[in-house]
Amino acid sequence: MTWKQVFTSSVGKKLVMGFTGIFLVLFLIVHVGLNACIWAAAYDPNDQGEMFNKAAHFMGSNVLPRILEIGLFAGFFLHIFQGYLLTLENRKKRSIGYAVAYADGSKWYSRSMAILGTLLLMFLVMHIYHFWTPSRLGGIGNIQPLAEVEYNGVMHHNLYAEMRNVFVGNTLIVALYVLACGSLAYHLLHGFSSAFKTLGIHNKKISGLINCVGVGFAIIVPLLFALMPLSFYFGWIN
Amino acid sequence: MEHYNMNLNLKVWRQKNKNTKGAFKMYRVENISSEMSFLEMFDVLNEQLIKDGDDPVTFDHDCREGICGSCSMYINGKPHGPWQANTTCQLHMRAFKDGDTIVVEPWRADAFPVIKDLMVDRSAFDRIIQAGGFISVNTGNAVDGNTLPIEKQKADDAFAAAMCIGCGACVAACKNSSAMLFLSAKVSHLALLPQGAPERTTRVQNMVAQMDKEGFGSCTNTGACEATCPKEISITNIARLNSEYIAASFAD
Repeated sequence: MTWKQVFTSSVGKKLVMGFTGIFLVLFLIVHVGLNACIWAAAYDPNDQGEMFNKAAHFMGSNVLPRILEIGLFAGFFLHIFQGYLLTLENRKKRSIGYAVAYADGSKWYSRSMAILGTLLLMFLVMHIYHFWTPSRLGGIGNIQPLAEVEYNGVMHHNLYAEMRNVFVGNTLIVALYVLACGSLAYHLLHGFSSAFKTLGIHNKKISGLINCVGVGFAIIVPLLFALMPLSFYFGWIN
Repeated sequence: MEHYNMNLNLKVWRQKNKNTKGAFKMYRVENISSEMSFLEMFDVLNEQLIKDGDDPVTFDHDCREGICGSCSMYINGKPHGPWQANTTCQLHMRAFKDGDTIVVEPWRADAFPVIKDLMVDRSAFDRIIQAGGFISVNTGNAVDGNTLPIEKQKADDAFAAAMCIGCGACVAACKNSSAMLFLSAKVSHLALLPQGAPERTTRVQNMVAQMDKEGFGSCTNTGACEATCPKEISITNIARLNSEYIAASFAD
């Protein structure tokens, strides 16, 4: 069996979803950990986002995260593209649908991964526009560059101030971010454990552990992300 | 439970053959005993239709003991009807109340084309088995069953997977019309046993290739198949199939 045969088979296509899904889960861990630095401002009035800006600066200026960033875009592209492809392919397998749908045997979010994923994709476009574009492409053409702040003689992008600009007083944007976190939670609630099943984990003890970790991850990570815009909006950090 | 009789409205899918368009038709059956099986209730309906000079409803059945996997029918939004771990032939009319309207549809999947009414062509499953769901053995004297030591847990898991009767309810229940629960049960029961080892790699490769060729969808682990399976085949088998496939993909 050639690699082409492997990755064009129905199992192989799902493997791509599983691998990229786990890669994106790892990205979420880095992203939430780094962004959690904004809360340093909550207990240290002198911080003013310094810890977060420095962490973001490290990620933006170090060569390794920049290489991983390319991998990240590739991972997102593969996951989204393959996801839509599989959804369309699978829909075509039943030309005439049922008069009464079978809803009891599975969870609604397990059946709605494409819809939840589409909501996340819409959010992603907005999110990239808010932060990634001004940070990485600021100054090119009409794109407004980010304000800068100096720490120890080195200029840093003030992403903390950008977060404040985006979230403070913008009820609609904050609501959209919180809703997206809800979509992420349900997407992960199915996706986390499903990815490991697709990769062939069938040992009962290990899959039991993965299911537990998956539920915890699907609740904690989106909750932390949702608390970030809310922290600015409600003035828990300034 | 107390015996009772009931009158029912049936909304049944009628379709002449796979090339014509089907539609639902309403029927009324009266004095149905709660002790009857669902198929016996259909026998009553068919007797009535024949008496009236109408075409009886075609449906698959054979053993009527819940072990052959012939019967199908998607009843009120669930393959094999409302009971758990049950086949249509073992569904009894005490599952319904007087005056109920029951919607009966065939298995819906393009890989299972309707032959007539509620009967679908499930020969795709036969072709998947032909692609590798067997072991090649040299004929000769029968070998004593205990000559090959097999771990108790593995023997139990293999037996649980071998319980699959190939009825196709998993495909009917799956939103993707995926045959992965069926395939994984067949691959698992041989992969777990030493007799299945020599053809382990080619078996999973060929069976997955045949499944794709037959036009079944891919698995998204929703669990609908496991929930509806009359033999309670575990979805863990699908994860095992995936690991078998990954291992086979590295083979030359």
